[in-house]
Amino acid sequence: MIRLAGVSKSFGDNHVLRGLDMTVDAGSTLAVLGRSGTGKSVLLRCVARLLQVDEGSVEVDGRDMVSATEEEVREVRLRMGYVFQFAALFDSLRIGENVELPLRRAGVVGDEVRRRTDEALDKVGLQGTRDKFPADLSGGMRKRAGIARAIVSRPDILLYDEPTSGLDPVTGAVIDGLMVRLKREMGATGILITHDIQSAFRVADRVALLNDGHLHAEGPPDDFRASEDPLIRAFLEGRAELWPGETSTGDGA
Amino acid sequence: MQLTGALAWVGRQATAGLALVGAAAQFVWTVVRSIGDIGTWGPLTALQVRRIGIDSIPVALFIAVFTGIVLALQSSYTFTGIVPLYFVGVLVAKSVMLELGPVLTGLALAGRVGANIAAEIGTMRVTEQIDALEMMAWNPVSYLVVPRVVAGIITFPIITGLALGAGIGAGWITSISLLDLSTQEFIRGVRMFYDPFDLRYPLIKAASFGAVVTAVGALNGYQTTGGAAGVGRATTRAVVLSCMLILVLDALWAVLLL
Repeated sequence: MIRLAGVSKSFGDNHVLRGLDMTVDAGSTLAVLGRSGTGKSVLLRCVARLLQVDEGSVEVDGRDMVSATEEEVREVRLRMGYVFQFAALFDSLRIGENVELPLRRAGVVGDEVRRRTDEALDKVGLQGTRDKFPADLSGGMRKRAGIARAIVSRPDILLYDEPTSGLDPVTGAVIDGLMVRLKREMGATGILITHDIQSAFRVADRVALLNDGHLHAEGPPDDFRASEDPLIRAFLEGRAELWPGETSTGDGA
Repeated sequence: MQLTGALAWVGRQATAGLALVGAAAQFVWTVVRSIGDIGTWGPLTALQVRRIGIDSIPVALFIAVFTGIVLALQSSYTFTGIVPLYFVGVLVAKSVMLELGPVLTGLALAGRVGANIAAEIGTMRVTEQIDALEMMAWNPVSYLVVPRVVAGIITFPIITGLALGAGIGAGWITSISLLDLSTQEFIRGVRMFYDPFDLRYPLIKAASFGAVVTAVGALNGYQTTGGAAGVGRATTRAVVLSCMLILVLDALWAVLLL
């Protein structure tokens, strides 16, 4: 289970998260929606303690990530998979070597490394790419390689930072299908950060809307879709009137 | 009003300077602590020895050869009619060994190696590759920084040693082919004031330059923010700071060891 309570994070005068409370139950996936700059990725980085919060608490499976030592954080991270927005693969390593990295850190050796790497690549449909470099792959394939790296150590927690951004709808749907399948097979607890409403509804058990550093609303996808809340409706329909200083064409485009 | 503004500016600069020194000290401490993580940096050091060391040899030799040629010709020009010409050997050997060999090699490698490290690690920072390492529970300093610093400390003295040989060799060939000097006379000059410390001194300096160039490059890369422009700024800052620190260290070693 992942639990955030009263989490605040600022960068200078920019108060990104303001007393955020949020819970993700074990084995479920929460999709966090919100406009750009509302702190979705900051929230994810705080969960993984890539950023330290200014106030509040972050608990991952009962471990307080705010006060944990570096060694304790590393122990938690060994059970986490993090899919970065632009995959964050190492350019100088082949795809196989990239995917092997978490295993090598976890102390897996010998043939087991190759077997599990191939298994992870198979799961994301990247058979035969082991010896290619990231530059040889398309954007969608790189994202899938990033997912393979995140799942290769069979983590209990999966954190996705906009895994379908910048992809065409078909490739986005392939990635969504992959996330759904991984959730079913691995039963991991997940947080999905996305702008993509369809992706959130396809993948998540619950959907949350982040606005102005707070959790504005949270619920099952069907409830969310049927909500009459003005801000949720405005977000789902792409209308900007409710955000100060913004205008839109008014047709939801 | 102007005085208040000026004082505020001085205060801001001082604060920024102190913050920089604090960040650098913290980084150096992190590097020192990470040395114990040999299981991570050990296997990666050989690759860095090749990239930082072997690949830098041509540029170091190029500089050393031309330095040796020019030193021989200029000392001959200065000594003719005043000082016996075999003193060309003294000047070439002493200048190359004590000063020009290690310092010019260090400055050249600050450009080549320091810039390369800052740009590479800076790009890894802005593309979240360093965050990815952290998320895989690797220590990024052990993985990225320590192998480069260790490789710098190992390879700079080796490259400098080769540069010393090349510089003195070029001075010798220039002396026997372009000046009225024999090999015996040149060697007589080289051996005249030679002390074994003359060879240890440049190697000690080179090791310190290797540590500074690689650590400064890594520090600037590691703290990069702001995308491609940030990588450019980090690279420039790494080279300028490395060159300045090489000159400061050069003076420091002269005060302490000579």
